[in-house]
Amino acid sequence: MNILIVGATSAIAKATAHRYAANGASFMLLGRNEQALDDLSRDLIVRGAESACFHVADFSQAGCLASTEEALANVCHVDLALIAHGVLGDQEVFQNDIEALNNMLYTNSISTLSILTLIANCMEKQGHGTIAYISSVAADRGRASNYAYGASKAIINTFLQGMRARLSRVGVNVLTIKLGFVDTPMTASIEKKGFLWAQPEDIALGIENAVAKRKAVVYLPWFWRFIMRIIMSIPDRIFNKLNI
Amino acid sequence: MSDFPSWGRYPGGEQQGAYLASRRHAFPAHEGSVLPYGLGRSYGTSCQNLQGTVLSTKQLNQFIAFDADTGILHCEAGVTLAEILTVFIPKGWFLPVTPGTKYVTVAGAIANDVHGKNHVQAGSFSCHLHGFYLLRSDGTHFYCSATDNSEWFAATVGGIGLTGIISSALIQLKKINSRFVDSETIKYANLDEFFSLSDASEHTHEYTAAWLDCLAKGEHLGRGHFIRGNHADDGELALAKQKAKLSMPIVPPVSLVNGLSLRAFNQLYYHRQQQPKKQSKVDYDPFFYPLDGILHWNRMYGKNGFVQYQCVIPKAQAKEAIRAILQRISHAGEGSFLVVLKMMGDKAGKGLLSFPQEGVTLAIDFPFRGQKTLALLSALDTLVLQAAGRLYIAKDARMSADVFRRSYPQWQQLETMRDPAILSDFWRKVAL
Repeated sequence: MNILIVGATSAIAKATAHRYAANGASFMLLGRNEQALDDLSRDLIVRGAESACFHVADFSQAGCLASTEEALANVCHVDLALIAHGVLGDQEVFQNDIEALNNMLYTNSISTLSILTLIANCMEKQGHGTIAYISSVAADRGRASNYAYGASKAIINTFLQGMRARLSRVGVNVLTIKLGFVDTPMTASIEKKGFLWAQPEDIALGIENAVAKRKAVVYLPWFWRFIMRIIMSIPDRIFNKLNI
Repeated sequence: MSDFPSWGRYPGGEQQGAYLASRRHAFPAHEGSVLPYGLGRSYGTSCQNLQGTVLSTKQLNQFIAFDADTGILHCEAGVTLAEILTVFIPKGWFLPVTPGTKYVTVAGAIANDVHGKNHVQAGSFSCHLHGFYLLRSDGTHFYCSATDNSEWFAATVGGIGLTGIISSALIQLKKINSRFVDSETIKYANLDEFFSLSDASEHTHEYTAAWLDCLAKGEHLGRGHFIRGNHADDGELALAKQKAKLSMPIVPPVSLVNGLSLRAFNQLYYHRQQQPKKQSKVDYDPFFYPLDGILHWNRMYGKNGFVQYQCVIPKAQAKEAIRAILQRISHAGEGSFLVVLKMMGDKAGKGLLSFPQEGVTLAIDFPFRGQKTLALLSALDTLVLQAAGRLYIAKDARMSADVFRRSYPQWQQLETMRDPAILSDFWRKVAL
């Protein structure tokens, strides 16, 4: 199995890669930090990966497209592409610093749209494979506390709905993974309490299962589907008063 | 409940914590003291730093290199023994020494110089440790082994995290030819039989341990089940599919372990096995880690938590002292389901504060019942000290400074080598 991971050194991507490495997968890893990519590729080899190569790419800059193209050219085919890069940021900063807002949107949205387009065209030619995108429950409904981040993910969700329809005709599956709270370095600044917080290893198992079952949209952990159904059904006049 | 608890959930308290993100990063900026924290499997105060911060090594979970010719594994500090087993059993390798839970990190295993059921033949974890990298708050980051920086090696092994942050380690794995263990369970009637079974098994079985009924008295004192085993040799290495684990989902308001349930369990468990000897081939998981089958089993002791008491008594005094300790416990009617007695061999640990020594080790859980529990344990301390034994720091939540200093005379050496940025609640109480 050939796996391309964009944002490979994120905690969730790493945990997912660990699962596939145990089954002897081959990896092409993309990320910003060369040393971290090198460390991860060695880790995957020890865990049983057949091979693990990497390409350095910075998704906050326009150059990322060229690196992705180069990486794609180096693998003859891709069975699974996992798009896992992104930044969380601080809503209050985004309200006062337009440049910070634009930078976040570039990393989370613009670069992702470009990369997805490249991968989609590649997989369409292949006629098989899965594109899996790590999204967030924050994209389901904008909340006062993090609507900029939520919107940066929502644009991709909508984009993927159409891409899924297009690629389903050639047998390529497109999976949108909506995550709740996960205990990772990205969420390190948030105090973690209670049962809503999941571990990256649990999420990785959920991703592996969703890929195998060729799911379209999956909430991880599963109970977020119900939480978000409730949150989305709250009328605006009440929702606006909620402190969430 | 704190995100960074200790396993016994006593004394408890709200613990601040932060994550180490990479083995290549500098010693993290800190205000006040810090303490490296693995999976929080130490029972009491040695993994807590309530006045400061703990630094979780959970994200240092990468393998670095494995040499299939020599069996030497280099991995990051936060890699768990569970992960090592999952990756390496299918390749025909096993841990040289493993404690009774696989949910500990490699750095935690070093910092407590853990031991297992094969102590007589294999010694403790440090006997199979080639070396490790130590990161100190003065900015230095260096390799320690028996030959390089050997004084730091000795201080860090069993050094309960106080000398610096272990960033990665090189450990020796051992070859196996099966994931199964040929196991034998022998029902025995009293303490003398335990000792004769231990002597008889010393050279024939790599792994030995006994579960015992801590409420048995008189001629039955020390009765239990003697468990011994060797790695099987059937070539079956592929792991079984993981079953969903049972979990204790909540902390009940009162302990589920009390006089009534304890008496009933111990009677039933002892007599569960009808025949005197039972042989079976069991998977490594239930053989080595019976309690890992129930996640959060520590919660069954209720909101007051529990304490574990583990001591080692030197060989010469062992029979008498263990008998006196067991008499004291059965007389008090205290104790738990979980009482383990096993022999320790003459391979010394490599650390200044390594716990194991040649003799017998006894481990018992006690539901925490305040002053009553503390008074009983203090009485046991006296018996242990009289017999020149000592207590296992990893299990301790209540040892006094006096007991500690008398049983670990090299503690001052560790204090001089302690990283000035690092402190634990345990060390604050016994050494400062």
